[in-house]
Amino acid sequence: MDLLQASFSEIASAVKSKKISAVETTRFFTKRIEQFDSKLNSFITLDRTAETQAAAIDARIAKGEDPGPLAGVPWGIKDMFCTKGLRTTAASKILENFVPPYDATVVARLRSSGAVVLGKLNQDEFAMGSSNETSAFGVCRNPWNTKLVPGGSSGGSAAAQAARLCAGSTGTDTGGSIRQPASFCGIVGVKPTYGRISRYGIVAYASSLDQAGPMTNTVADAALALEVMSGRDGRDGTTSTLKVPAFAKDLNSQVKGLRVGVIREYMKTEGLHPDVLKTVQKALETLRTQGAEIVEVSVPLTEYSVPVYYLIAASEASSNLARYDGVKYGYRARFESLAELDLDEFYGRTRGEGFGKEVKRRIMLGTYCLSSGYYDAYYNKAGQVRRMLRDQFREAFAKCDVILSPVTTAPAFAIGDRISDPLAMYLNDIYTVSTNLAGLPGMSVPFGMSSDNGSGSLPIGVQLTAAHFAEQTMLNVGLALELASGLKGKVADVQR
Amino acid sequence: MSNDNTGHSGYEPVIGLEIHAQLKTNSKMFCSDSTVFEALDNDNTSPVSVGMPGTLPVVNGRAIEFSIKTGLALGCEIRKKSVFARKNYFYPDLPKGYQISQYDQPLCEKGKVSFRVDGQERTISIERAHMEEDAGKSNHFGEYTLVNYNRAGIPLLEIVSGPDIRTAAEAAEYARTVRQILRYLDVCDGNLEEGSLRCDCNVSVRKVGAPKFGTKVEIKNINSFRFVEKAIDYEIQRQIEAVERGEKIIQETRLWDPDKNRTFSMRTKENAQDYRYFPDPDILPILVTSEMIQKFRAELPELPLARLARFVSAHGLPEYDAGVLTAEKEVAEYYEAVAGVSKNYKASSNWIMTELLRELNQNNLSITQSPISPDHLGQMIQLIDAGTISGKMAKTVFLEMWATQKDPATIVKEKGLVQITDTSAIEKIVDEVLAANAGQLADYRSGRTKLFGFFVGAVMKASKGQANPELVNKLLQDKLKAP
Repeated sequence: MDLLQASFSEIASAVKSKKISAVETTRFFTKRIEQFDSKLNSFITLDRTAETQAAAIDARIAKGEDPGPLAGVPWGIKDMFCTKGLRTTAASKILENFVPPYDATVVARLRSSGAVVLGKLNQDEFAMGSSNETSAFGVCRNPWNTKLVPGGSSGGSAAAQAARLCAGSTGTDTGGSIRQPASFCGIVGVKPTYGRISRYGIVAYASSLDQAGPMTNTVADAALALEVMSGRDGRDGTTSTLKVPAFAKDLNSQVKGLRVGVIREYMKTEGLHPDVLKTVQKALETLRTQGAEIVEVSVPLTEYSVPVYYLIAASEASSNLARYDGVKYGYRARFESLAELDLDEFYGRTRGEGFGKEVKRRIMLGTYCLSSGYYDAYYNKAGQVRRMLRDQFREAFAKCDVILSPVTTAPAFAIGDRISDPLAMYLNDIYTVSTNLAGLPGMSVPFGMSSDNGSGSLPIGVQLTAAHFAEQTMLNVGLALELASGLKGKVADVQR
Repeated sequence: MSNDNTGHSGYEPVIGLEIHAQLKTNSKMFCSDSTVFEALDNDNTSPVSVGMPGTLPVVNGRAIEFSIKTGLALGCEIRKKSVFARKNYFYPDLPKGYQISQYDQPLCEKGKVSFRVDGQERTISIERAHMEEDAGKSNHFGEYTLVNYNRAGIPLLEIVSGPDIRTAAEAAEYARTVRQILRYLDVCDGNLEEGSLRCDCNVSVRKVGAPKFGTKVEIKNINSFRFVEKAIDYEIQRQIEAVERGEKIIQETRLWDPDKNRTFSMRTKENAQDYRYFPDPDILPILVTSEMIQKFRAELPELPLARLARFVSAHGLPEYDAGVLTAEKEVAEYYEAVAGVSKNYKASSNWIMTELLRELNQNNLSITQSPISPDHLGQMIQLIDAGTISGKMAKTVFLEMWATQKDPATIVKEKGLVQITDTSAIEKIVDEVLAANAGQLADYRSGRTKLFGFFVGAVMKASKGQANPELVNKLLQDKLKAP
């Protein structure tokens, strides 16, 4: 069995029929991590129990039990997801030694479907960033070219997945954190509808925007993983009670008669890299020749989506991150003595030392937005625009079934290029944040390779967005594109 | 100090109360931690209540139900859509760095509470009643502080009165009335000492007729209704004296010191905290349907005022008695149980208000701990009404029931307390007594009618106290007359 290419269902059925053991599949990936991760830095923490977990799955199979649809499939988990007994840092110094006594619901569901946890993946600190450069555990590198960023915030997931250091990985997406790195690394990344997947146990960045999703080599793997992860959770009151569709079983590449929308405002954007534009146009052409109808739609408020996103995300983050205060767990600044210590100094030094620069920038921005006298002008106004944006998307989806757009303006950029210019960095998210603001499902599918301008030929994804809870339609179009792309399951060659 | 408005030399106090009622749910507001008071430090905690990363609040439906019922009992409008907000501030006993509360869209609004004080009916408006979670408790030990998070996340309903209260006595009576309603609804223990009910008082003074309120001061740490009254009275006087001296009242929080009978400054609100309230994105808005409101309204128990009115109109009790009996829900229930057996409202009320409540008070017991069951007390009253025992015997029976928890019929039998109601038997005794006291009989018949009591005593003594006193009286009157 070629584990470099095998799908989830192929691995699971081989493991269940004892053609290969879960211990063997796990060793295959732990070996690859040993071999390649020194070049990538995609893992923050390795789970030393991976083989034990795998052996337990083999034991269950030996007893005639069915461990589930992901039996023996080794996963990497973004370090935003709490893992019971395994350090969870959110790539921040302030959680450098935090070991949760609980699993995030997503992790628990993966485990109960037979998945093996290999370790915790690198990311931007608290998922705040688009390049993985804000991680307190060092930058993660793009396996297609290690001088480039893998994207962010789920950079470690995308890099590990593209280099096939794990069979599947999880990401979180608040403003594009699954889709952008998926595009930069040439993998499939799905951000489902807000409320589809439980947020319980996922370190919160911006609660009204955060959503977890699978990052995989193929659309079929993404569909199966999405099915496993989704559904109502009694621990998260914002999860939907809707029944989870059989995404994997119902996956098909039929696009005949489907209306594919193009957002007029997105195609006007200056600074769109010609290779990205070419890739999007080629994708539209592919779908048209397969019988889809291309329709132009307008979502004028996307013009404001980046500022609206940063106001809302930073505001929520400023409150969500207040719990990291050095009192109950996590990093605490060293003090000669706590006696007579001013409480403000305790907090100030602990948080000053524990948080990185970008996190502090957003906490300050958010604190300002929520302050009395500014609330109405910033947070409240942003909320109003957000609701109107959602309405405009609703109108757009009356005219089309799925929207196709770029994921980013350009392929992966070099490490260090944008980190000193936060505004340039924030503009990375121009095509992705409106999906989160409107709570819609979105995904990135690899569809093109850039021309080589000295950095080598780099993957370029296209973004699909669908109406609320219409993930199936989105996945089906994604499958059609994947089949036509010639890039299905392409593994990055880390040697380069 | 006088509570009369005119007693403040031209100043009018303006008082508003914030009552924090701990709701009697089994689990916390946003997670399944237990709420039992008797628990080891930090035993009632979980990743959610200590604010571990990624944990989320899930609303306790029972707390919503209790809050809506309280709102309805306080005559409030219930919002069809209310919102939980985050109140952001840093403090070690606040695990998440914010408290989940309700801000601009509370569950209950615009209610009112009526009660009588100094013989006058008063109605105080309720501005709002909103839900929130409690914080933990910091315990300071000199060089260090330990935090107990057992209380963190306990559901509270904060009931905010309008600035309608004008005297300390009114404030205390308002608080008692709210507590009474909460206890009737069985949604709150109302225990001020354990902190399941907390009462913060906002007090300001202004010149009578002044259009604007004075600067208000918040008083905390009040753990009895008596102290509500004392603290407010102290504060009114302190503020008037300060204003008279030309000082400015500082907006601040003051604590009541029950040992020194005074308030003292805790912290000034000059650098007012900016709590940066915003809707909590983890909690969907609370939607309340008309059907829910209807259902909860139908489930409301009879409230104190209605019960009092019923005791007066249907049971024929004096208003004072009805007031005493309905002050505590448990007393009212005890009374109804006794009356249900005895079928004699007034006698049931009398025995409870005099004998029972006195004994309970002397022994520091609540009525739910009464050694005498309502059944037994009711049966005892039946025995009196049937003439089996006299009222005087009943007192003996009562004390015996208290001591032994035996039923009254058994006690009467064991003690041989049965009253002689057989006319011929009493007549026989009367005849014997008259025969044995011929001299006194002659004296009586010649006009010394004062001797009547002597004969009664002699007959009762001869019957070993068991003769029915009314029959004895009647028979004696007849026999003494006849020559």
